[in-house]
Amino acid sequence: MLTIKNLHAEVEGKKILKGINLEINKGEMHAIMGPNGSGKSSLASVLAGRDNYTVTEGEVWFNGKNLLDMAPEDRAREGVFLAFQYPVEIPGVSNLNFLKTALNEIRAYKGLPALEAREFLKLTKEKQQLVDFHSNLMNRSLNEGFSGGEKKRNEIFQLAMLDPQLAILDETDSGLDIDALRIVSNGVNKLRDGEKSFVVITHYQRLLEYIIPDFVHVLYNGRIIKTGTKELALELEERGYDWLKEELHLKESV
Amino acid sequence: MTSDMILPFYQALTEDVNALSAQVPALATDTLQDIRRKALERFSTIGLPTLKTEAWRYTNIQRYLKEFPYELLTTAAAVAEDVVNSTAIPELDCYRVVLVNGHLQADQSTLPEGKGITIGAMSANTTATGFVTYFNEQQHLAAESMAQLNTALFADGLYIELAANTVVDKPIHVVNVYSCTAHAFIQPRHLWVLNRNAAATIIETSIHPETATIAFANSVLETVVMENAELWHYNIQQGAESFREVHTTAAQQHKDSRYHHFNFTLPNTPFTRNNLSVALKGSHTETNLNGLYIASKHQHVDNHTFMDHIMPDCNSNELYKGVLLDSSNGVFTGKILVHQEAQKTNAFQQNNNLLLGTKADINSQPQLEIYADDVKCSHGFTAGQFSEESMFYLRSRGIGEDAAKALMVNAFSHDITDAVKVPALQHFLQEQIAEIMNN
Ligand SMILES: Nc1ncnc2c1ncn2[C@@H]1O[C@H](COP(=O)(O)OP(=O)(O)O)[C@@H](O)[C@H]1O
Ligand SMILES: [Mg+2]
Repeated sequence: MLTIKNLHAEVEGKKILKGINLEINKGEMHAIMGPNGSGKSSLASVLAGRDNYTVTEGEVWFNGKNLLDMAPEDRAREGVFLAFQYPVEIPGVSNLNFLKTALNEIRAYKGLPALEAREFLKLTKEKQQLVDFHSNLMNRSLNEGFSGGEKKRNEIFQLAMLDPQLAILDETDSGLDIDALRIVSNGVNKLRDGEKSFVVITHYQRLLEYIIPDFVHVLYNGRIIKTGTKELALELEERGYDWLKEELHLKESV
Repeated sequence: MTSDMILPFYQALTEDVNALSAQVPALATDTLQDIRRKALERFSTIGLPTLKTEAWRYTNIQRYLKEFPYELLTTAAAVAEDVVNSTAIPELDCYRVVLVNGHLQADQSTLPEGKGITIGAMSANTTATGFVTYFNEQQHLAAESMAQLNTALFADGLYIELAANTVVDKPIHVVNVYSCTAHAFIQPRHLWVLNRNAAATIIETSIHPETATIAFANSVLETVVMENAELWHYNIQQGAESFREVHTTAAQQHKDSRYHHFNFTLPNTPFTRNNLSVALKGSHTETNLNGLYIASKHQHVDNHTFMDHIMPDCNSNELYKGVLLDSSNGVFTGKILVHQEAQKTNAFQQNNNLLLGTKADINSQPQLEIYADDVKCSHGFTAGQFSEESMFYLRSRGIGEDAAKALMVNAFSHDITDAVKVPALQHFLQEQIAEIMNN
């Protein structure tokens, strides 16, 4: 579904991604871990098409299409979804209107008619329950005055509404208390239908107790330096990242 | 008089404005004729505004007056019912007042009736108490030569007077039709008086149905909001390429009154100048001035506002927002004058702009003159683009660039549209904004 080959990217002249390789197949759950500043959000941004990043080398293929050639909205319409680490607040754009616009733009791209008001509301209700997203937040401005947890839930709610093929979750767990974490994880697990693929970026192993990954990758200094299964996450939790860094230095100095 | 005896309009304005007065029908009373004569004299003295006129520094009106060979038009023409109906605001339950070039079209109107409501042509109400007391009474008009020109040469307009304690149960939609078969300069003149405890909502829209002939309107409206009365006044300027406009509103408020003024300027009128002044002649008043201007192509939109705090304990709140597309030009002036007696004044002013066109431009000037010491006044100005973060967020959800911009413009203007108290009108305006942005 997604193939990343030797991806290099920089921002403001600073090299951030230094040769990422990653293959994600239908239905898989990948976790990306790594210390602060290693480039996890940058990778997510490049995939979603944030334009202050310049790709200097490499390729990204999504369902046989060159993802890097597409505008951000077309990537979303093709089925890429990014749950932001820091969702923005947009005063004056109602959550509801925003979602309706997004959903219908995606449908139009696929040649589908706009959803009838009734169908839209039905879908909204159903997906709200999935992440316990309060309906009184729906008529409010997008993320405005939302708590950290409400913003993150809104991201997952949007994910459920827009039904992408590939969902990238950037530190969706940060800022969530344990109850909220459980709700959000449950929501994500319910969305796992064997078709959708996930990339879960996280700092903590904690999230991976709820969302069980098929693969765990460690991103460090712009590169994936180790790939394993969920046991790797546990090991990282116990030992931190230093042993990996040392391993890397040993390898590089050889 | 044959047409070859008439000086071209612009030349008459600059050289011999008296020549024009022969073209307007005489007014009903000597007092009025006298007022008109004085205005003519005053206009002759001060002349048309130039770029040296302080209040017109960023707007070259002469350029627009010279643009076409206008003729002074003082009469109405029959306007088809479907033209009038096209101005209807969907779902709005309202009275309808149709004016063609300022002349009331009673048979096309649905006027409110009932005790205490006077609504009709100015020319038919020149002896009404409100008219006699307040017509041309507002000092602020004297300084403005375009208003003097209107006083000197107007033909007719809309007179509304609500007796004390009269509340109009539905909004009054005033449809200003400007219709001409040759390029025309048209000068409606209105006076609305709300006596003690009266209340009304008045929505003005305008339409110029012809595309081949240019209509230049120079209208003046005086509003009087007496003790504890409340007026909601919406002026919706849906433009046309073939329209030009100078719109002067001079309001006065008395003790405990509330005046809410909304001005929406939408594309595509190439030239719009709005003069708005409010004189606070009583204490404990509330004034809200809300403006939204969305300009495209080469539009020039100038909002010139003046809050005159004469009496103590008054609150005024002014918020004007602009969206400037393409090569459009915005001008905003916000004068706040707080007289020495006007202690405990609260006067706030804000002008925010989205500069979206690569050649778009805004000139914004607050002018605060404060002579009282116990006051709270503030003003602010911003001009910027869309936040890139917000744009990216919207686009990352599959929303195309244009639709994202439309959402953002709607968001930018939401504090103005949210303040619109008539739901059908609010919805209508939101749709208009979305439509403009999607084109
Ligand atoms: N707009 C930017 N300008 C300059 N440097 C940036 C910018 N965005 C991110 N970076 C840098 O890129 C590196 C990777 O950041 P990020 O991708 O946010 O890491 P992570 O998500 O793994 O914590 C950091 O050193 C950060 O300072
Ligand atoms: Mg990050």
